[in-house]
Amino acid sequence: MNELRRSFLKRTTGLGTLVAAVAVGAVKPADVLAASRNEGAFKATSTTDAIKALGMTGVTNSTAIAIRAPDIAENGAVVPIDITSNIPGTRSISLFVDKNPFPYVGTFDVAQGSEPYVHVRIKMGKSSDVRVVVAAADGKHYQAAKEVKVTIGGCGG
Amino acid sequence: MGDPMRIRAKLVGDTADVRVLMAHPMDVERKSGGKVVPAHFIRQIRAELNGKVVWEAQISQAVSKNPVFAFKVKGAKAGDRLSVTWEDNKGDTRTDSITLGAS
Repeated sequence: MNELRRSFLKRTTGLGTLVAAVAVGAVKPADVLAASRNEGAFKATSTTDAIKALGMTGVTNSTAIAIRAPDIAENGAVVPIDITSNIPGTRSISLFVDKNPFPYVGTFDVAQGSEPYVHVRIKMGKSSDVRVVVAAADGKHYQAAKEVKVTIGGCGG
Repeated sequence: MGDPMRIRAKLVGDTADVRVLMAHPMDVERKSGGKVVPAHFIRQIRAELNGKVVWEAQISQAVSKNPVFAFKVKGAKAGDRLSVTWEDNKGDTRTDSITLGAS
């Protein structure tokens, strides 16, 4: 309800402990950037579990998310994905590859001053649905998926 | 430190179309000759316009080697300073910046 105030409080208290932690040498300065990483979601082995770990509930299908990806990717090590969200108040775009060992690819936060668009190149182990979940300002979540066929898998490094 | 990033930006009205190429192996954990080669990948990326965060990403090892990202920053104008920072899972970080309209 009072989101600004809450995030302000969170930030100030968080910063205080962080500064203290840096002072005693418990945290390297480099860790500062990764303070809010959701490890549970990254370790989930199914898209459903990853979405749950991210706290996204009531995800509804939407046609307002455009995923541009090749129908057939010859090289699974580099699959270009273009995502545009036409959902008003898009705050973040999360990407999942259903059949990867760890489906959660990442989240792109556009709420702070970017258009709801992202281009990324990802690895795909085998043919799979590429799933996008958009978090909107009203707290709702929307998803869309596109199938990409992979002829040579790209998870071998 | 890592190698320098290549950042390109094109101003379309007051939106900056940004494209970033990072030099990074983005290794997944794998076994090689009975030994486990640990994962080495970028975990977090942040873009700032004149020091204000405008775009952030949390990513996994499923992003391709030498990652390329494109995004669109609103409210940009020529002369603005755009900087991009990444941090990987070994604590390595790198920041590069450009001045919009000058590239």
